[in-house]
Amino acid sequence: MSFDVNKIRSDFPILKKKINGKQLIYFDNAATSQTPSCVIDSISDYYKNYNSNIHRGVHSLSEQATESYEDSREKIRAHFNAKHKEEIIFTSGTTHSINIVSNGFVKLIGKDDEIIVSGLEHHSNIVPWQMMCEKNNAKLNVIPINDDGELDLDEFKKIVSKKTKIVFLNHVSNALGIINPIEEIIKLSHKNGAYVLIDGAQSAAHFKIDLQHLDVDFFTASAHKLCGPTGIGFLYGKKELLNKIDPLMGGGEMISDVTFEKTSYADLPHKFEAGTPNISGVIAFGVAIDYLNKIGFENIEKYELQLLDYATTKLKKIDGLKIYGDVKNKTSVISFNIIGIHSYDIGSILDKYGVAVRTGQHCAQPIMDYFNIPGTVRVSFSFLNTFDEIDILYEALVKAKSMLS
Amino acid sequence: MTIENLQQNLIQDFSFFEDWTQRYEYMIELSKGLEKMDVQMKNDKNIIKGCQSKVWLHAEFNEGKIKFLADSEAIITRGIIAILLIIFNNRTPKEIIESDTNFIEKIGLKEHLSPNRANGLYSMIKQIKFYAIAFSKK
Repeated sequence: MSFDVNKIRSDFPILKKKINGKQLIYFDNAATSQTPSCVIDSISDYYKNYNSNIHRGVHSLSEQATESYEDSREKIRAHFNAKHKEEIIFTSGTTHSINIVSNGFVKLIGKDDEIIVSGLEHHSNIVPWQMMCEKNNAKLNVIPINDDGELDLDEFKKIVSKKTKIVFLNHVSNALGIINPIEEIIKLSHKNGAYVLIDGAQSAAHFKIDLQHLDVDFFTASAHKLCGPTGIGFLYGKKELLNKIDPLMGGGEMISDVTFEKTSYADLPHKFEAGTPNISGVIAFGVAIDYLNKIGFENIEKYELQLLDYATTKLKKIDGLKIYGDVKNKTSVISFNIIGIHSYDIGSILDKYGVAVRTGQHCAQPIMDYFNIPGTVRVSFSFLNTFDEIDILYEALVKAKSMLS
Repeated sequence: MTIENLQQNLIQDFSFFEDWTQRYEYMIELSKGLEKMDVQMKNDKNIIKGCQSKVWLHAEFNEGKIKFLADSEAIITRGIIAILLIIFNNRTPKEIIESDTNFIEKIGLKEHLSPNRANGLYSMIKQIKFYAIAFSKK
């Protein structure tokens, strides 16, 4: 299928919106992606036509809802190439997924064991592991980053050992957009007998991911970064591992037999899906995956990298503009500062031009501390953006710079 | 001049501006006149938590009036601080407690009030009022 950005843009109602009298230019795709009409309609269609609880009613509506819900699981499995459908657990998003894994390993890891997280992590990704280590006294090691913002693989080789039980890192850094060398990290970890959990929040929207090929043990992503709704995501885990760990939440759906003495857990995936789930969210997630596949991930990746190249070259023309993480292997994210100007000031002026960017620490304080900066301006492109929009960003930045310096 | 009068003056000043660029340029100009805050005062005790740009606010109580010193890393936030200090500096606790703060909206800076902006304006006004309440008990 040929790639027609204008046709694609017409699928997104929000792009018609004016901000401060200007046409919205949405460059905050790494925070959340915008939603196409087909996804929005699928939510309203669910509530209008077949809203009912799943996996329990014998009535037709419940059967239809259950079928759509389970179809969605199959779509996600197929897209990410998991081996079994029950290896896909629906969660509220990546934070929830990470907590399932960190909680699941509390009892399986002891005080002589170690875990490793990367120095490129989002705050929310560090906390669950610190909580785990408080409970089982395991040691938490960190993979440091180098001056380009890349993970230091040599350091990783030094800290990974037979004591390492879990390695956790993001596939793509949210603050800088750098693609981490996860294939190598997974291989090295497995060689030492450690499991690996990858947070795909910032990668899944930009290129195709093959879980079996990666041979990763756990993987998670959120729908709202993939043109889907908020509050829904999934955790993938190899079947034998998901069977091994305890569920995070107890409740309905996740049990097979309950007496006051003992409860036995239901089979996968239900063991981890306690309570009535976000049914419309799951269904809409499946619709979003279909939508993206219709456009084609090869097309998305190619176009986004063209936008990235164009914007990087253009922004570098601005005197005093410094890009953090300006490396070859990255997604369509540019994190930068204009020397002497606070990112908040730039973001405020850009907003006046209708340009939505993210400013601040991007919830990645350790990275900001490393570069010794209070924050950055982060522009993150998606396949919805155009070269003209980048020109407007450039003009707005030039004006902001002259106003603020 | 009362706080009320000062606020009316500001609202009038801002009403002459035709668009946001002029408003922002004026705020940037005001930020340059802000009384310098000692580095030692930019400590954790005086920090107002805001995710995006750091803001420090220090208060002293002398002869019945409160003197504020404040600063920020971001220039637009400094401009907002300058406006707040025009209104609230060297006032009695009673004057501050009884004052209205909806002039912020009337000068077209409403967007900076949103807690989402986290530039500390919202927390700054709250902190100024807290100081006034605390000093009123002395």
